[in-house]
Amino acid sequence: MLVYVIRRLLQSVVVLLAMSLLVFVGVYAIGNPVDILINPQADQEDIERAIKGLGLDKPLWEQYLVFLRQALAGDLGKSFAFNVPAIQLIVERMPATLELATAAMLIAIVLGLPLGLWAGLAPRSVAGRTIMTGSILGFSLPTFWVGLMLIMVFSVHLGWLPSNGRGPTTELLGVPVSFLSWEGLKHLAMPATNLALFNLALVIRLTRAGTREALLQDYVKFARAKGLSNARVVGVHVLKNIAIPIVTVIGLQFGSLIAFAIVTETIFAWPGMGKLIIDSINVLDRPVIVAYLLIIVTLFIVINLLVDLLYSVLDPRVRLADART
Amino acid sequence: MSFPGETPPRDAEIAASAVSAVSAVSAPPAVSSVIAAGEGEETPLRRIAADFADSRLALAGLALFLAILAVAVLAPVISPQNPYDLAQLDVLDSRLEPGARSGDGKQVFWLGTDDQGRDMLSAIFYGLRISLGVGVSATLCALALGLTLGLAGAFLGGRVDTLIMRVADIQLSFPAILIALILLALLGQGIDKIIIALVAVQWAYYARTVRSAALVERSKEYIEAATCLALPASRIVFRHLLPNCLPPVIVVATVQVAAAIALEATLSFLGLGLPITEPSLGLLISNGFTYMLSGKYWISFFPGVALLATIVSINLVGDQLRDVLNPRLQI
Repeated sequence: MLVYVIRRLLQSVVVLLAMSLLVFVGVYAIGNPVDILINPQADQEDIERAIKGLGLDKPLWEQYLVFLRQALAGDLGKSFAFNVPAIQLIVERMPATLELATAAMLIAIVLGLPLGLWAGLAPRSVAGRTIMTGSILGFSLPTFWVGLMLIMVFSVHLGWLPSNGRGPTTELLGVPVSFLSWEGLKHLAMPATNLALFNLALVIRLTRAGTREALLQDYVKFARAKGLSNARVVGVHVLKNIAIPIVTVIGLQFGSLIAFAIVTETIFAWPGMGKLIIDSINVLDRPVIVAYLLIIVTLFIVINLLVDLLYSVLDPRVRLADART
Repeated sequence: MSFPGETPPRDAEIAASAVSAVSAVSAPPAVSSVIAAGEGEETPLRRIAADFADSRLALAGLALFLAILAVAVLAPVISPQNPYDLAQLDVLDSRLEPGARSGDGKQVFWLGTDDQGRDMLSAIFYGLRISLGVGVSATLCALALGLTLGLAGAFLGGRVDTLIMRVADIQLSFPAILIALILLALLGQGIDKIIIALVAVQWAYYARTVRSAALVERSKEYIEAATCLALPASRIVFRHLLPNCLPPVIVVATVQVAAAIALEATLSFLGLGLPITEPSLGLLISNGFTYMLSGKYWISFFPGVALLATIVSINLVGDQLRDVLNPRLQI
């Protein structure tokens, strides 16, 4: 187990290094860094001084090492647009994105598990078929278009829900959150639903497939033969066994929720990391782009690692120590 | 296991007859069906077509997709106006409701007009052209790259295989949209750049699929027979191995075309994909977003419906193909 964790950590470091190299080369070699980093009104002398000051006259590998050292010290440069450290900017926006992603995940699980169980227990019923057709739609509908339609129906026509922003935030342990006030919840409802749709469909399908498979297993037959109530058979024996793949996928999907939040945040003007990166790309705020990419890659590596570890805890059959990677 | 539509590789036949004792069991069914084809009996293609037609939903999907394809190809012919010829646009016609008549009374805008007085129906026809074009060409490029790398991995094995698959694994652990976003943030806008981004996102799916299929096929006797006949490696790979690995790849490719179209639309909506001169469906939707809040729904709504119809029709076809081409469901 320990060997596995160490190996995975090493692997993660390699991926992170590779990504930092890619981002570095992308930002510093494709575009001319002088144009990006130095005020265009500066005269020739200023430019040369700036090039020296920024170390741009050194060979690329040396520049990369400098970049890496600064990155490790938590310094990824200052945002051009806001003139504050890029990292600080992103960390400030992170709670909003995490709140949105968590809310979406909760919606997907709370609705998806029962619906999937229902469809799995009665696959031929009208309800079961309706649920499955709905889940196919959930896969096919382009997220951003659904978001627009939600705004059209609930904000423009019905006027029930606000179409943009987070609303008033309340401090929870020093972190601003929306879900503690009614107004904030109203702001959260549409973006979270929009973001949840794809995962809702996914959870429904996984639960249904898992349920159908589990119902055929000997342990379910045995539980029924013992005379256990249907609720206990489904609630304990079936649910426990289908939990493993569902937990894995949900964990992995949490990362993609954060990535897809880019789209949802742009539509609903939700002030999170995703909106920040799109705004930064539009105004070519390179330090923020670099910082965002490095942070999100780190986040992903951590999530992937945690999911793998969680998987081994949940499923004793997976012997990680033996797994050759 | 058989493959659709292709004439079977003749080498397989020779190899099969050379090792006839083995071939009776292991030669691809296509070999035996070559004789059947001459008598107008069941060919793999016909069997697949018949199986495919079992599902009415899939047939409807196919019909819808063919209709969309026809519209995309014929857009310049069937569109009521050329939406990008400024001479044909009249600003006075801007933001008209669906079904409204143009100011000069000559034209009816069935799906309304956008902020520049452009007929939405024509804009959607042209948008479909770009969306489908980008989706299909990106898929073909990704397919070529993924097939090459996957086959190389399976056939060469060893370090090459490990390297290719490790890169694919790492890449697949990140969501497609994130990778595309990183690339486009670095590369900038443009039709070629979005295709590069889509290829970079998708090749790994094909590489994985073809590799796993090739590993199974490689250990079968007809490959062994071909190797015994001392055929050159390139011939074995491309004429024997590849055709028999195609069915799962075809299924993945159909679904990935839909995914590519959806991803391109999303990226264009975010303003990262295609430039304003190449208005795909995503860009049309993005353009209408501004007017959504004032109740002018049609500028975003109808391009979205077209996008949805395209994606759903491709997915329906892909779903049925998966069942039809799945060797486990056949004898």
